[in-house]
Amino acid sequence: MQNMQSSTSRTSTNAIADQAVALRAENVSVYYGAFQAVRNVFLDVPKNQVTAFIGPSGCGKSTLLRCFNRLNDLVASARVDGKISFQGRDLYARDMDPVEVRRRIGMVFQKPNPFPKSIYDNIAFGARINGFRGNMDELVERSLRSAALWDEVKDKLNQSGLALSGGQQQRLCIARTIAIEPEVILMDEPCSALDPVSTLRVEELMHSLKEQFTMVIVTHNMQQAARVSDMTAFFNAEAGEGGSRFGYLVEYNKTQDIFSSPQQQETHDYVSGRFG
Amino acid sequence: MTPSPPSDHLSDTQPGSSPPNTSVESQFAYGVSPGRKAFGAFMTTLVVGCALLAALPLFSILWTVITNGVAHLSPRVFTELPPPPMVDGGGFRNALMGTFWVLLLASLISVPFGILVAVYVSEFARDSQFSKFVRFGINVLSGVPSIVAGLFSYGVVVLLMGGFSAWAGGVALAVLMLPIVERTAEEGLKSIPPEIRQGAIGLGATNFQTISQIVLPSALPFIATGVTLSLARAIGETAPLLFTALFNQFDAKSLSDPTATLSVLIYNFSTSPFQNQKDLAWVASLLVIGIILVISIVARRIAQRQAF
Repeated sequence: MQNMQSSTSRTSTNAIADQAVALRAENVSVYYGAFQAVRNVFLDVPKNQVTAFIGPSGCGKSTLLRCFNRLNDLVASARVDGKISFQGRDLYARDMDPVEVRRRIGMVFQKPNPFPKSIYDNIAFGARINGFRGNMDELVERSLRSAALWDEVKDKLNQSGLALSGGQQQRLCIARTIAIEPEVILMDEPCSALDPVSTLRVEELMHSLKEQFTMVIVTHNMQQAARVSDMTAFFNAEAGEGGSRFGYLVEYNKTQDIFSSPQQQETHDYVSGRFG
Repeated sequence: MTPSPPSDHLSDTQPGSSPPNTSVESQFAYGVSPGRKAFGAFMTTLVVGCALLAALPLFSILWTVITNGVAHLSPRVFTELPPPPMVDGGGFRNALMGTFWVLLLASLISVPFGILVAVYVSEFARDSQFSKFVRFGINVLSGVPSIVAGLFSYGVVVLLMGGFSAWAGGVALAVLMLPIVERTAEEGLKSIPPEIRQGAIGLGATNFQTISQIVLPSALPFIATGVTLSLARAIGETAPLLFTALFNQFDAKSLSDPTATLSVLIYNFSTSPFQNQKDLAWVASLLVIGIILVISIVARRIAQRQAF
């Protein structure tokens, strides 16, 4: 509990100017049925920067990420307490359309999940359902170029997206998210299923994309967080009453500070490789 | 003592390769008792015999139908109406068209129905009590004797419409097709990884867009397989048509008229005392078996195109 208090105060002392905040979590707790997965998180995600969530398994970092575009709505037992706002609007307000939320806050998943359609249609699908009326060929090319995939697939746009390699599939998934032109891209361990070379390409991609998009990335890989992110949030898990573990935010700060001068002993232990 | 390479103990059946049978080791390795050998031979004969016996009826049926059917096959069977007794020639274009229309009606009812049930059970109510109940109902329905499906249609359609019709036949066959379509469609939908649905939802797709544009097209091979299999089942059904579509010596003027079908034609003509009608029944049987064969091959081809 002490840790949470201090992390809360740290966040507020580092508070980013309101207009630069893309997503704000205020006292957010997430439950799956009676099980509390994440407890009392306060956190501001800055615009046009990469924010990384790091921490050991089961610390609730993916759970929190999925709340940012209301993907937890798909889990019947999931419940979100507290307030999550996007550009000052409450994402869980009664009159907020979750479909609209997901169109503005895109998600790239852990396992590459291209649709069993052609590469072209993988990208066109999102644009079409979002009512895109412009030149589709151009959009597909632009999205694939942004995702650094164009040169590899330009001659086989009609082939199935499933025929690509894992790394290419993940960049295709990023391309189709870019194509709906969201304001925020959430990435849930986007490189955990990829080889080192593909990982490097996706990381380079994140660097180039942050001019256009706000990005939040969940990763197990501390080096990756250090390489790609501007801000880092460290989550940890603790056994609560009854022995069930819950996750909480330990420390949130500039990535440089988290790795070079962490304020919390837990953070220090984690980033120096003492556990996790 | 002759050291034999370890692989040799399996090669006792190869002439000339067996090592001298002198050592204790080799006696241990090669001594299969005559009783066990005889038992092995007996069991082998038994299973091979049963396998042949099981295939025998199939080949017997195919042989009889093909020889009798091909002998009387001619273009006129597709263009002419069934002949009266004692008259030669004739065909069964009315039954061919009738089978087509009854199957079409049955498909139009059962395919959308079955797919929608599958979508509900697999996408919206997975593991709920209600979906368990629905699934149980579908299972029971697939075990219902086909003549009961005919009775259902008789009670609902024939009595309400006041007569036998293609509609009534279509409803009866639809009842039989529904569980096949529903089950294969449900299997297909369940084989689509949940990540694919999340991917679509995560792009801002509505449930309808996700299911209609991503999930159902991915499950299409399964659904097409189910539809073709159910058609193959329905085309041979006779009992549910006997008192729903009935029969018609002539072309049915509308879907509300009694309608001839291939299966009922076979039933009627095969028991006829007149040789020409018996011959036509053989030709119709040949056609039905041929159509089922084609449908099954198509179904297998489609099933091979699965995305996952």
